[in-house]
Amino acid sequence: MSLSPVDGAALAEIESGGEAGGATGAPQGRRVVGRSPGQLAWLRLRRDRTALISGAMLVLFVLVALAAPLIELVYGIGPRDQFQHKLDGFSMPLGYAGGVSGEHFFGLEPRTGRDIFIRLVYGLRTSLFIAFAAAVLTAAIGVVLGALAGYLGGWLDAVVNWITDLTLALPFLVIALALTPTLTLRFYGQRDAVPPAFGIGVLIAIFAVFGWTSTARLVRGQVIALREREFVEAARASGAGLGHMLFRQLLPNTWAPILVSFSLAVPQFITSEAALSFIGVGLTEETPSFGRMIYQSLDYLQTGPAFVFFPGVTIFALVFAFNLFGDALRDALDPKSSR
Amino acid sequence: MLRFLVKRILSAVLTLFAVTVLTFLMFFALPRDPVTGMCPKNCNPERLERVRQELGLRDPLVSQYAGYMKGIVTGRDLGSAQGGRCDAPCLGWSYVNNEAVTDTMARVLPVTLSIVIPAAILWLLLGVGLGMLSALRRGTWLDRVAIGFSLAGASMQLYFVGAVLLLVFVYTLRWLPVPGYTSLFDDPVRWASGLVLAWVSLAFLFSAIYARLFRAQMLETLSEDFVRTARAKGLTRTRVYGRHALRAAITPVVTVAGLDVGAALGGTVITETTFGIRGLGRTAVDAVRAGDLPTIMATVLIAAVFVVLANVLVDLLYAAIDPRVRLG
Repeated sequence: MSLSPVDGAALAEIESGGEAGGATGAPQGRRVVGRSPGQLAWLRLRRDRTALISGAMLVLFVLVALAAPLIELVYGIGPRDQFQHKLDGFSMPLGYAGGVSGEHFFGLEPRTGRDIFIRLVYGLRTSLFIAFAAAVLTAAIGVVLGALAGYLGGWLDAVVNWITDLTLALPFLVIALALTPTLTLRFYGQRDAVPPAFGIGVLIAIFAVFGWTSTARLVRGQVIALREREFVEAARASGAGLGHMLFRQLLPNTWAPILVSFSLAVPQFITSEAALSFIGVGLTEETPSFGRMIYQSLDYLQTGPAFVFFPGVTIFALVFAFNLFGDALRDALDPKSSR
Repeated sequence: MLRFLVKRILSAVLTLFAVTVLTFLMFFALPRDPVTGMCPKNCNPERLERVRQELGLRDPLVSQYAGYMKGIVTGRDLGSAQGGRCDAPCLGWSYVNNEAVTDTMARVLPVTLSIVIPAAILWLLLGVGLGMLSALRRGTWLDRVAIGFSLAGASMQLYFVGAVLLLVFVYTLRWLPVPGYTSLFDDPVRWASGLVLAWVSLAFLFSAIYARLFRAQMLETLSEDFVRTARAKGLTRTRVYGRHALRAAITPVVTVAGLDVGAALGGTVITETTFGIRGLGRTAVDAVRAGDLPTIMATVLIAAVFVVLANVLVDLLYAAIDPRVRLG
């Protein structure tokens, strides 16, 4: 990790030897250990129980999403398999709690008779992929434009600011709802079969277009605060180019808030994807998705509450883990925090 | 002060102007002919052509846009098929609803206001109260419970919370009627009982964010010199925390609240869908589905107006709350 001179002063931290994680030799008395902000943050994160638990949960979620086809193989049921013979005369699953059994861990969907567990596993895959892709894109666009706007100022700053105001003023859900079919029609026309990947791509693009402004505003503020500092001036005086100024001098000093905003953006995109699927845009029926499942399940609120319960709790656990981890990360990266 | 106000309002007007242009382009660039959505069934070519003429879709885009804007400012004549004279603010005629869009908006706007305003009061009180409590009792079990509650609330999905509330209070216990909107002036009790679930679920989700934000801000403020000074000169705890610290810590809450309330007034799509209440958000979604162009334009525009207005208000409130802020 590259560090600018300004961090040099903040490197030293006095700690009693017994606490220093991973220190081997026999420690006596107090000693001064030099640590980079990154090391400090990592140390704090490792000591934080909440961070460990939520981090482990996230790893588990990601693994499940990555291994979805493998799980399907072991579980023996695919996301599109239907079990009509296990539904009663009203198309409701037989058995207790929506048909929970050793064969169907979370029961069956009413009417279609699809297995809820495997659809959730695949829904997780869709959600996480969309959220991560959108978060990476928004972070990239936001960081570059925000840093440029903050550093250069002038008309670029004015334009970026104004676009930010504009995107805030547009009702996101309505615009996304209107744009998705428009874009689909543009590329595929009325009758063509639209591949599921296209729907996912459109969603990511819409998130990126609407999402980058918040990162840009954050980075811009940070860069403006740093712009007049001595080390920046020194670099400028020694003839550093724009690229060097941005990527070697300014951005390394803003990575902490960027990382935090990234980790909090992912759950936001998961929620937005679910919300969009909930009002019926975005993904096609064959792509398993949390929001679509919840939307369909609301019709069975009185008759089959288990169908509402499982997707709702899963998405809650996922977003909760992300929020806990993001919060812990913020604490760990905060130079003022004493934890 | 005056200069700031003028500058702020000018930029707000500019933003609104851009919103109208963008929306106009976005929806007129629809590959789908905007007219087919406007006469749903058994439309013969002649009728389609007539609708096209009446809507002025044969005119160049610029003059269509100019006509639309003129309608908002001064009103205009729309022709007999569209209800004739349309007074300012004229938002056009919807062939889907067979009604002037301004009338539709006048009908659904009170619904969204009735959902958002009480909910916002509830979530601000709850959020700031919880945040204050956990900041003053930092490190105790109370703090931990409040933080847990706020993180859980921030991770909840409105449709899930709403579904659970509906199941418990409406379908199982039958304490509340099925959610719906009755005018406050007709029957205040039915108004409240039909909307209370929407308020509670919105407040639960939003207050969580505010509690977290306010707690962090309050803790930072409490470590500042002026708080110590105020305590040292003998002011009571209540006075220092309730007056001095609260005023300094609440500014970021005001910013976020302004944005949230502004956005929510533009239509609480998810809430309205979950509880089946037809406000601005639901109307917008239905209009998009039906390709009802004038209604879409109107909802987007109203939503933008709320957000822009909220932003201006926040800036002004800032100066009123925090004496350190100088407008300029």
